[in-house]
Amino acid sequence: MMDNRVTNIVIAGLGGQGVIRASDIAADAAFRSGFDVKKSEIHGMSQRGGFVTSDVRFGRQVSSPMVPRGEADYLVVLAPDQLEAVRGSLRPGGVLILPDGLNGEPLPNKKTLNVALLGILSTHLPIPEANWVEAIRSSLPEKFHEANLHAFQLGRRQATVHT
Amino acid sequence: MLISGNEAVALAAQRAGVALGTGYPGTPSTEILERFSELGGRAQWAPNEKVAFEVAIGVAYASARAVVTMKHVGLNVAADPLFTAAYTGVSGALVVVSADDPGMASSQNEQDNRRYAVAAGVPMLEPADSQEAYDFTLQAIEISERWGLPVMLRMTTRVCHSKSVVHPERTCAPPPPPSYTRDIAARVMIPSNARPAHRRLRAKLAQIAEWNETSGPNRVIPGSNSLGIIADGVAFQHAREAAPEASFLQLGMTHPLPVETIRKFANSVERCVVIEEGDPYLADTIRAAGISVESKPEMFRFGELNVDRVRRILAGDTTPEPAPPPGKAPELCNGCPYRTVYRALRNLDCIVAGDIGCYSLGALPPFEALETLVCMGAAIGVGLGLRHVLPPEEARRVVSVIGDSTFVHSGITGLVEMVYNPPSTGHVVIILDNSTTAMTGFQEHPATGRTLDHQPTGKLIIEDLCRALGVADTHVIDPTRDPEAFEKLLGDSLASGRLAVIIARRSCLLVTGRLRELERCQ
Repeated sequence: MMDNRVTNIVIAGLGGQGVIRASDIAADAAFRSGFDVKKSEIHGMSQRGGFVTSDVRFGRQVSSPMVPRGEADYLVVLAPDQLEAVRGSLRPGGVLILPDGLNGEPLPNKKTLNVALLGILSTHLPIPEANWVEAIRSSLPEKFHEANLHAFQLGRRQATVHT
Repeated sequence: MLISGNEAVALAAQRAGVALGTGYPGTPSTEILERFSELGGRAQWAPNEKVAFEVAIGVAYASARAVVTMKHVGLNVAADPLFTAAYTGVSGALVVVSADDPGMASSQNEQDNRRYAVAAGVPMLEPADSQEAYDFTLQAIEISERWGLPVMLRMTTRVCHSKSVVHPERTCAPPPPPSYTRDIAARVMIPSNARPAHRRLRAKLAQIAEWNETSGPNRVIPGSNSLGIIADGVAFQHAREAAPEASFLQLGMTHPLPVETIRKFANSVERCVVIEEGDPYLADTIRAAGISVESKPEMFRFGELNVDRVRRILAGDTTPEPAPPPGKAPELCNGCPYRTVYRALRNLDCIVAGDIGCYSLGALPPFEALETLVCMGAAIGVGLGLRHVLPPEEARRVVSVIGDSTFVHSGITGLVEMVYNPPSTGHVVIILDNSTTAMTGFQEHPATGRTLDHQPTGKLIIEDLCRALGVADTHVIDPTRDPEAFEKLLGDSLASGRLAVIIARRSCLLVTGRLRELERCQ
């Protein structure tokens, strides 16, 4: 897997949905797995409920921190109504991950949708599960660990059942 | 470690024993001081960038190390001390971080602050990722101490906020203990001292240019002879990906430029292209030195660069670029106290001179009630100017709207102007006081009465200040408690023909919980 190819992930949604948190976790999980990693997003107005995207790239060596348009291998969209604004970032044949990937499985806590979708994403990536779990733990206060680890496993399970 | 460029600057500052970090919050620079504080460094928010810079000068006159951070437009405010600090020089280290925002993710312009390094005559380093942000911060401190000059660390949004891997191996010698040595000729810039000081500055820059040729943080990456790329900052990363086969000259120190290194590189390749964001600063300077290089087409002066755009530049492709459909625009939060204020301004058909902060969103639907936005503090001056010349029936509808942190930053002198040169129709200033610097991520400021790390300190009482400046009609009101009372107060103030300040005070919903916790702890 340590060839020159860079894996490109774009995560999108609305301010407050945890887009940046999700990209921090994905970047950290890749870093813990020995990859070079870059991650980028625009801060600023995102707190005010606007559209937010964040790019995560990993591989042997990553140059630009931004995923070139039309080159995302994975596009994770937390707010399906924002899909059109970001669809163009996905490459032909790339994987689109939406909340309906959870197949209606209810999330005990709505705020963990970001981590549940990371659960789905994780099944596609060469990153050991233990590194995801560590990344989730280290990016969140302890009181949120259980709910988020539950959401992560729920996402993983759904992805495995339905693919 | 995987950290942002801002975190990397903070880490380097902490490891270098920086005695004081100061600045004013501004995207994309804000996290540097917050992180520096978390790491145990002494970090302070100043009322504005000019004051921050002056405090940093004092630290560096005492032979200690100072870092002062701001967004690009903040350096406009701090430009006055910057230009003359270059003349006086410093005894310790003074690193000024200028965080530029090409593409204007969260700014009112995309000015290219590399021009400031040239105009003020200070050395400038430009990191391309977090590793270089760490290394160059240490190098900036060393350069500042070696030549006794302020040094600019010029970052951009994608360097500040992107995370990448850092090996914090580089170290620098520990600072000497702070001490003061009297040097009136060097530090008192009366003309007779300033004239030789200017010559000293130019001599230092000539030495630094020579050093930059042999020892500066620039590197050649050999590749194909047919294409050579000269790049700085994050543009270098985009270019590496767009043309991995090319030869590269990455410039880490972009003022003063290593002209002979550039000449040699340009001569070694058949085609030499300069890839830079913003103004054609490098290309123009290199060409002025008689070196033949290609610059980007004018359309790429606007906005950020990325890999796609660099591919286009290299291919000479100037066809229109596709714009993706826009996502949902940000808006004032549901329950934001400013919503009531904008509704009242609409109802009374006011002409609103606005300012910079969350409340700038009042310009967008559904309110469209904010009609000007220029720079921090401009609401008051612009409102007064409109009042001075419009026919009375229109002038009477003019209101200035400014936030609490922005008012402290540069609204106070506007209020002095209002009292000193009052319009014949009077004027109304609304200070939107939500008890935080909300836009940049809830930083403290002098009127919250808490320091950067949320500890109690002396508190500026805005209403007392307004009254002391001579505005007798100073009112404090919670606009959400009784929206009708607020609208009536605004209407009455407009009708009075007098000078009035209305402080619309209600804490931002997003900080209310945290405020309660802080108050409990105190």
